[in-house]
Amino acid sequence: MPKPSSKKTEKPVEELTYEEALAELEEIVSALEGEQNRLEESIKLFERGQALAAHCGALLEAAEIKVKQVAGDEVIPFEDLSE
Amino acid sequence: MQPTLFSQSTQQWTVSRLTFYIRKLLEENEVLQDVWVQGEISNLSRPASGHIYFTLKDSSAALRCVMWKTSAVRLGIPLQDGKAVEVHGRVGVYEVSGQYQLYVDQIRPVGEGALYQEFMRLKAMLEAEGLFAEQHKRPIPMFPKKIGIVTSATGAALRDMLNTLRRRLPLVEVILAPSPVQGMEAPPALVKALRSLILQDPDVILLARGGGSIEDLWAFNDESLVRAVATSAVPVICGVGHETDFTLCDFAADLRAPTPTAAAELATPMSLIDLRASISNLQSRLASATINLIVEQKSVLSSLAAQLRFVSPERRVQSGRQWVDELTRRARSSLFHYLRLQSAQVKGMQRRLQALDPMAVLRRGYAVVTRRDDGSVVSRLAQAGDEMKVRVSDGEFEVRKTENPESNQQS
Repeated sequence: MPKPSSKKTEKPVEELTYEEALAELEEIVSALEGEQNRLEESIKLFERGQALAAHCGALLEAAEIKVKQVAGDEVIPFEDLSE
Repeated sequence: MQPTLFSQSTQQWTVSRLTFYIRKLLEENEVLQDVWVQGEISNLSRPASGHIYFTLKDSSAALRCVMWKTSAVRLGIPLQDGKAVEVHGRVGVYEVSGQYQLYVDQIRPVGEGALYQEFMRLKAMLEAEGLFAEQHKRPIPMFPKKIGIVTSATGAALRDMLNTLRRRLPLVEVILAPSPVQGMEAPPALVKALRSLILQDPDVILLARGGGSIEDLWAFNDESLVRAVATSAVPVICGVGHETDFTLCDFAADLRAPTPTAAAELATPMSLIDLRASISNLQSRLASATINLIVEQKSVLSSLAAQLRFVSPERRVQSGRQWVDELTRRARSSLFHYLRLQSAQVKGMQRRLQALDPMAVLRRGYAVVTRRDDGSVVSRLAQAGDEMKVRVSDGEFEVRKTENPESNQQS
């Protein structure tokens, strides 16, 4: 399993997409449940995991679907006239 | 036979009773209760009540028809005088005016029977080709990020689907490929929309259209569209019409939804609620894993602390002390042993010394005679006049040698 501690954690939590944050959260939980980590590192992972979970929750609350439309070979924003 | 005032018949009819009798006759006839009738619409009337009245006629006869509001709202085609249609219903009697009429529940354009034949032929053919086979069905992804929609840009179906997606999984990105969904131009346009959408690589595609008559939905039975759906590189959920409507696209799709709304629901197996639950589950696993880890670390720590105490210099000092104690004890013990041995030897020597003690000889009656002048021991005959000391066991006394002739002879 790849160490979740490496470069990926360099990215600030707020900049992650929901999928990235969720994937990293899952990775951290597995790492904490599975491997022997150094205590200091584990505490860092825990804190990051908490931040990721909070971020995921916030993204869910704030999520708004994006609608685009195909026009020829392009994808353009869709004006939803039915609303 | 001419009826007369004195007719044999005893049966007395009222108008109501006779009309009721006729009504029963008609309504108990199975054939008349389930008929398709072909004709041309005339005298069409649609009052505010929502019911529809018209006369169906052909070249030589006319049939009064009524369609109640409950059926009329499901009517999929426009009606107008002169339109040739096939109507389905049951024959009944309107007793008030003494008229029999057809109570209509469905109206379809003439030729739909032929459409149905065509539908069955195409279905059998494509089925035989294996286009609808279960093993070609792909699973719908649990958590789609990008959902493609092929439908009319202006229809209620799109609004329903977007509302459903908004409610269930607002994280999703929707890409619409708008297309007409009915009429001659619909099938090729739908195929083109589907293909352009596949190029955008969505996780799943919804092919949808709201309810309508069988003619309205006919584009979704088009062979080229059905083939495009069956061979789509992206899983397709088909939601066309209502629960009871089946199109060939339904059979070709990876999943059939009864309505567009249901298609949007099936495209999002994980809703916001599920996602929230899975995050809080991860959160609690995170906390308990960390707590476990700390508990584990504590126990490692305390076992290490115990080991540390074991190897600490203090312990070595302690054990050194103990060693010193031990050595001291052993030294003492061997010293004691040695002393005892020495003391025994001393005693033995004392005994031997005692045996050699001259005093002991004296006590046995011997005496030591020494010269008085120089203290030397007299071991030879003394000369007369010599003064000597005689030592005996309990002291000494002085003596002088007297003349003794016998003894003189020897000197």
